[in-house]
Amino acid sequence: MPEPKVKKPWTRDAVLRQVGTQAMLLAVLAVVMFPVLWVLSLALDPRNISKPLELTLIPPGASFEAFRKVLFDPFTNLCTVPNDLDSCMTFSDLLINSLLVALTTSVLAVVVGASAAYAFSRFRFWGRQIGMIGFIALIMMPATGVLAPLFVLMNTIRIGGEPLRKTLLGLAIAYTATALPFAIWNLKGYFDTVPIDLEQAALVDGASPMRVYTRIVLPLSTPALAVTVLFSFMAGWTEFILAWLFLDDPSRFTLAMALRGMQGQFTTPWSEFAAMSVLMSIPILLLFFGLQRWIVSGLTVGSVKG
Amino acid sequence: MAIATQDATVRRRSRRKARLQENARAWAYILPAGLVMLVISVFPQMFQLWMSFTDFRVANLRFNIFDPETWDRFGPAWIGIENYVRIIESDLNIPNYNFSRLLFFTFVWAVVNVILHVSLGVGIAMVLNGERVIGRRFYRALFIIPWALPAYISALTWRNMFDPTFGAVNQLFGIDVDWLNDPIPPFDIPGLSWLPLAFYAVLIANTWLGWPFMMVVATGALQSIPKELYEAVDIDGATKWQKHWNVTFPLLRPAMVPAIMLGFIWTFNQFNVIFFISEGGPLGATEILVTQAYKLVAENQLYGVASAFAVVVFFILLVITLIQNRVTRATEAADA
Repeated sequence: MPEPKVKKPWTRDAVLRQVGTQAMLLAVLAVVMFPVLWVLSLALDPRNISKPLELTLIPPGASFEAFRKVLFDPFTNLCTVPNDLDSCMTFSDLLINSLLVALTTSVLAVVVGASAAYAFSRFRFWGRQIGMIGFIALIMMPATGVLAPLFVLMNTIRIGGEPLRKTLLGLAIAYTATALPFAIWNLKGYFDTVPIDLEQAALVDGASPMRVYTRIVLPLSTPALAVTVLFSFMAGWTEFILAWLFLDDPSRFTLAMALRGMQGQFTTPWSEFAAMSVLMSIPILLLFFGLQRWIVSGLTVGSVKG
Repeated sequence: MAIATQDATVRRRSRRKARLQENARAWAYILPAGLVMLVISVFPQMFQLWMSFTDFRVANLRFNIFDPETWDRFGPAWIGIENYVRIIESDLNIPNYNFSRLLFFTFVWAVVNVILHVSLGVGIAMVLNGERVIGRRFYRALFIIPWALPAYISALTWRNMFDPTFGAVNQLFGIDVDWLNDPIPPFDIPGLSWLPLAFYAVLIANTWLGWPFMMVVATGALQSIPKELYEAVDIDGATKWQKHWNVTFPLLRPAMVPAIMLGFIWTFNQFNVIFFISEGGPLGATEILVTQAYKLVAENQLYGVASAFAVVVFFILLVITLIQNRVTRATEAADA
């Protein structure tokens, strides 16, 4: 956190400025939280309705029943053996799968993306511009018709005797492809701001480009790396269309899939649906809290200068 | 003399070798990312490109490119550019379809959104980055909630919030407005009323959804600005605005440019918000290119036309991106 070294006293101006800033931030917070609180109120509402009838955070007869159901009851539509409750997925099973997919996605995207971004930022080579445009161009085409051929292809590639399509790894690789263009462009942009003098000095001293990359460029780019981790984690955490298409075995299903699965054709358990939406955003908040110190850890870059 | 030319040749050769080495090394760094994209993105998109030149329909769904036996039985008929002609000449049997209006609306949608997302995101990131703002970690974490919720959940939530009778928006302001279905705005604001109210509803929802991402990117980028630079302009007696204009904005640029270019592409193809909130209505007025392409598949089973639609979107975005790249020089190497 960029704190000033010497604590300045709270002058009248500083206090007034702080009050103004806080008023503005609270206003933004109100707008941001309004729909979220609205969902929370639905989750607390025992009447199982899709829209609250009045604007109250705590509806009449509010209870945490929906949260309890989502967290501890088996998901009866996601069972490996039909009508056997013991074989049904629970929230914690789904959570583990979601974490596996999202973490694999973010690790793959950061490692693979940073390596490509480094090349785009530091080397001058044939096809650099076309290569960079190429990566971004691959997210331009809407996926209306690409799911079927992707399904067939992932079904053909086998890993350990099983089609890649049916595995969480296959899913994570597919999500990595959606996160990579941002990862590469974002990291390349940040690498560009890392002063090049330090690297050149290290190269003159006989360090290999690989060493320069892992010891100088990466440590100085933690904010962009953290943003990339967050972004690709999110991509793996919230996606459900590909997941529903690819995975057959309920024991591999994710939270986002279960959430989508709750929306029935005729009935939807709205309170549970809302409760689960709220629960699903909590791990992301925790991740952000953990990453925040890296996102704002820019001190190192400043100290390189001079 | 002979020795001198030999020397030159050797030098030229070793220079060429060094160049080749640099090229090989660069591509080795890119190879893993390239492989992932090749399998997941390039192959299906090539397939889609091929589909766009055919009359692909439900009957052709059993066509499997890896199984030659299905080629003759289920392969679609090649019809050349007919799908493209039908799209551009608005010769499709869909109500309220007009290609140029659709394209124009999609463009307006993306531009207005990105401007709002970026200005809000950068502005609030700068406020939070200011000297000793109390509770900044708390604010930053809560502000990313809209981004942390699955977009589809947020879209459903906003749709319900715009409900005419039970929606929170009407209840909050004590008004009675049919946000999503009224083709003519109930009140007239000069310069804004040429778009239906539904446009502003989806715009509000998507701005709520989109600005936190820009805030996070800007927060990261703000850290790359050396404090010494501010101290230097402080000595020159710069005002607050001069500081932002001369130091903050230029130095935010390298990180924000990729986010803006990608943000434009994502918004251009933002399916969830339009599809779940306004459903393209009223009378197709808030339809964007992707939602239209989706409906071609889901409602009309015209896979070939939908693929052509996707290819058209691709080329439009490619042209826009190349122009942006020309202006911002985002793909230049760091030392260039």
